Amino acid sequence: MPIDHHILSVLVENKFGVLTRVSSLFSRRGYNIYSLAVSPTEDDRYSRMTIVVDGDAALVEQITKQLNKLIPVIKISELADADAVERELMLVTIKGGADTRSQVTELASIFEAKILDVGFEAVTLMVAGQPDKLDAMTDLLKPFGIVELQRTGRIALPKLSRQSSKLRVVKNRTA
Amino acid sequence: MKLTGAQALIRSLEMEGTEVMFGLPGGAILPVYDPLIDSSIRHILVRHEQGAGHMAEGYAHATGRPGVAMVTSGPAATNIVTPLADAYMDSIPLVVITGQVPYSVIGTDAFQECDTVGITMPVTKHNWLITDAQDIPRIVREAFHVATTGRPGPVLVDVPKDIANQMMDWEWPETVDLPGYKPNLKGHPKQIKDAARLIGEAHRPVIYAGGGILKARAAEALRELAETTGIPVVTTLMARGAFPDSHELALGMPGMHGNYTAITAMQRSDLLIALGARFDDRVTGKLDGFAPDAKIIHVDVDPAELGKVRRPDVPIVGDCRNVIERITTAVKADQAKREWPDLSEWRATLKGWQTEHPLHYDQSDEAPLKPQYVIEQLRANTPDDTILASGVGQHQMWASQHWRFEHPYSWVNSGGLGTMGFSVPAAIGAKVGCPDKTVWAVDGDGCFQMTAQEMVTAAAEKIPVKVAILNNAYLGMVRQWQELFYEERYSEVYLSPDLPDYVKWAEAMGCVGFRVEDPSDVVPVIEKANAIDDRPVVIDFRTDYREKVYPMVPAGMTNDDVILGPETDRAGGR
Repeated sequence: MPIDHHILSVLVENKFGVLTRVSSLFSRRGYNIYSLAVSPTEDDRYSRMTIVVDGDAALVEQITKQLNKLIPVIKISELADADAVERELMLVTIKGGADTRSQVTELASIFEAKILDVGFEAVTLMVAGQPDKLDAMTDLLKPFGIVELQRTGRIALPKLSRQSSKLRVVKNRTA
Repeated sequence: MKLTGAQALIRSLEMEGTEVMFGLPGGAILPVYDPLIDSSIRHILVRHEQGAGHMAEGYAHATGRPGVAMVTSGPAATNIVTPLADAYMDSIPLVVITGQVPYSVIGTDAFQECDTVGITMPVTKHNWLITDAQDIPRIVREAFHVATTGRPGPVLVDVPKDIANQMMDWEWPETVDLPGYKPNLKGHPKQIKDAARLIGEAHRPVIYAGGGILKARAAEALRELAETTGIPVVTTLMARGAFPDSHELALGMPGMHGNYTAITAMQRSDLLIALGARFDDRVTGKLDGFAPDAKIIHVDVDPAELGKVRRPDVPIVGDCRNVIERITTAVKADQAKREWPDLSEWRATLKGWQTEHPLHYDQSDEAPLKPQYVIEQLRANTPDDTILASGVGQHQMWASQHWRFEHPYSWVNSGGLGTMGFSVPAAIGAKVGCPDKTVWAVDGDGCFQMTAQEMVTAAAEKIPVKVAILNNAYLGMVRQWQELFYEERYSEVYLSPDLPDYVKWAEAMGCVGFRVEDPSDVVPVIEKANAIDDRPVVIDFRTDYREKVYPMVPAGMTNDDVILGPETDRAGGR
């Protein structure tokens, strides 16, 4: 069965322990976090959590309601794929000696990735983009041998109403 | 005005109207116990911190006011986790103050340090670690506000020792400002209209009243709705007393050990009006077979309850009393305009079931005593407004079934968490809150042994509660399940009727102890107990260990598979 990803943009009070309250709620109620990113906002009283969760609409409704009961949670918006701009950052170290390095750099340029570090036997790349772009790049890099990989989890904001760009469909992945 | 953090804390509790608190001092909370000497707040010194928590719960159950408990750090804080979890499940307003090691040494594994805020996070509505004495009045104000508004619940305030000693400028905040906490109390007008419309279309409606009725002080409103519409009412374990059992529309308790009529009325209904109830698994049985034909109106102040278990047709977020009153008004307006369905046939069907399948047990003239008989005689020989507390297990179910509840706030029990040992401290707390009422605890022998030391507290503080132990020498409910579902293979359930000797134990704790083995002694001994008002009383009723709680819906079965009595054990149970 395909898994639905839902993006919750959660505005919380910028106080210690708030992340624990949120993550404790998820584990206590048996919800699964697909990815989580926390960052300061323009207002230093608040932080924004971008939480990607898996589940059907009823589960996401329940998660939202339970999150809303936490006192430090100020506001939750569910960002539908079509109504949000989202980005994620990935750092990845790939095996690549002198013989394969050029192929790796070629891929990097296709994906507009930056080369952050080069060693004798490996290369570290940075790539930013929508999550499926990062997935695609990961797939293409696999044959070279991925040494280490880290992703930030996605961050997202609502699309501005004047934008009329073509809507993007996030492909369903099996987690 | 300059105060220490400790003085500010006590003063803040006074500002919140705290008249009594339950607690036990220790190292980290020492500074706060000092200004308590000069305070108007009565302090009840418990013998175990769990007792303090359950007493505060009993107090809150009986009075509707928040229960306050104060204990020290580390082991004291972990000892009060059970009452917090209990209060969280049953939505009891509780404010717990814990001492903490000095803020400067938090995280160093100091003596009696534990991460109290971390440990209690999943079992409190909210909790606070105070990091600056200046914040104390604001946080105490917020704590009481959060505990008592919306869906009530327990909160905890953790006070490091150096913060309690820190000087601060006293200022009491005029308002509470919590931007992330705005309970919605007013039901949506359109939803209320829709609810009235569904009620007007139903032919087999049932009001499913839960503990939220009591939390919202909505018992009167419930009665008016029932009488206006002629709809029968089931009262869940948490709602016993919210609707008088003597009322002609009362069906009693539904669920795993509910009576046949209450269970089956819900099963056959075409509309369930759930008011402050949460579709607990002990009520619904196997969920996909629960009330298959019923539409659902669900009223709750906690939006997360709506759709959590069963999707409602008309969800209404709001305070039960407010919403029920407005539904009644909408119903009356609608009734004036058009013909409403005649429910007399439905009520006649239910009356028929009540006659056909009453609760029953057989008490002969001789021992062994039947536990149900003890409860019936207790009810018949105590004042009408007696408060009854209970532990958890068979005795709890018999008490809920056989006690006739006529008044709200006359039933104090642990429903959601099912905390054995609840009744003794909860009864003490209830008696402290309602000193003019008679308070009885019905307890099991297993339960009593978990918290009996608080009878010392009751004796020392002159809190004359009365405890009826239904002593069947077993962990009875577990035994019942082993008998019915584990081929009578009894594993670790025997306790012995004589060890401990409950009468001697009661006397050693400063109480009066009685023992009753013969049915003819039940009433005389209850009368003796009633006559004692200067000390607590414990009665050891030796009851029949073979007696089981019926009706019973076995776990995992639907409510259609209810077993009515021992004669259908095998047929219905497998």
